[in-house]
Amino acid sequence: MNGVHDMGGMHGLGPIAPEADEPIFHERWEASALALTLAAGAWGRWTLDASRHARESIPGPEYLRMSYYEKWITALEALMIDTGLVTADEVASGAPAAGFARAAPPLTAERVAAAMAAGGPTDRPLGAAARFAVGEAVRTRNINPVGHTRLPRYARGRTGVITRAHGGHVFPDANAHGRGERPQPLYQVRIEAAELWGPDADARSAIYLDVWEDYLDRA
Amino acid sequence: MALRVKALQSLLVEKGLVDPAALDAIIDTYEHKVGPRNGARVVARAWTDAAYLARLRQDATAAIAELGYGGRQGEHMVAVENTPETHNLVVCTLCSCYPWSVLGLPPVWYKSSPYRSRAVIDPRGVMAEFGLVVPEDVEVRVWDSTAEIRYLVIPQRPAGTEGWSEDALASLVSRDSMIGVAFAGASGAGS
Repeated sequence: MNGVHDMGGMHGLGPIAPEADEPIFHERWEASALALTLAAGAWGRWTLDASRHARESIPGPEYLRMSYYEKWITALEALMIDTGLVTADEVASGAPAAGFARAAPPLTAERVAAAMAAGGPTDRPLGAAARFAVGEAVRTRNINPVGHTRLPRYARGRTGVITRAHGGHVFPDANAHGRGERPQPLYQVRIEAAELWGPDADARSAIYLDVWEDYLDRA
Repeated sequence: MALRVKALQSLLVEKGLVDPAALDAIIDTYEHKVGPRNGARVVARAWTDAAYLARLRQDATAAIAELGYGGRQGEHMVAVENTPETHNLVVCTLCSCYPWSVLGLPPVWYKSSPYRSRAVIDPRGVMAEFGLVVPEDVEVRVWDSTAEIRYLVIPQRPAGTEGWSEDALASLVSRDSMIGVAFAGASGAGS
């Protein structure tokens, strides 16, 4: 979707403000937001791609106003309501509906270390051979899906070179919407700054992106 | 926000959807166990052990796992080396993808709109906002983390550190130098 989250190449969003000796969490609720998101994710009701899509689906003006963990909590509430783990009324009231059945959490304290260490690898075996090889010139497609995609707007319809083949990976455009993992080849693609930003761009600069095969044509 | 999150947490605990002890364990992991010291150890090893550097180039995920680091948001790693000819900078323009397993949780500026928007169109200007000036004849490579591949910058080893121990070298490697907005050096350790 062409949302405000896809902000690569924009100007005017303000100065970068690095903070000296920044704490890991600025307030305790941020730590809770992180932990709740990971712990609730262990139910397996949504994928990482679906959670990214939930965050980018926050209306643009709100998205730009919200802090990172506010986006996380907003998306978590939406995902839990959408998948039936909680109801909107429960979130609004903070209390379980009458007669609720108490569940057993899938992620217990003893399992946290193993779960974090395992992560969620997205590499998958491929049924067919990859279409492109390292060194080949490719052109990204000019696609504008209304759903989730990981091809940023600034890099659509641009020519680059395959610099590395990552093998098969889960395809987010499908996986975010419950259409299955549909793994396909993922490539590292180098695009020169001038190709992206025009003749005034820094001649000694290039962008590297990881690009799924469905986003590419032969140049 | 504090009240809203507290209400959600008590709802989820009461419904048995999350285990409060698991929440504490997750927070403890990212406050005390996983952080940029992990990445600094990888860099220091790469600086001192040519065979390790070769393995890091070949398969960074496996080489980093040798030191005991991996898992969530570090499942698929690529190491990018700064050289006298090339400087690397990491961003995620679409969200805030970041190599948690070696750097911990990302700082606010990395997740902010100003950094995400401008790192790809004006990397030298962005680096200058951190006080980092990369010479004009050095190529700048910006890594936009659009998939589940996570990028770790291997900064250049500072001059005058010949014969230093791995621990001493690791203390020179800041978080920012492993994102690409700083060089490794004396001011390293903290951030």
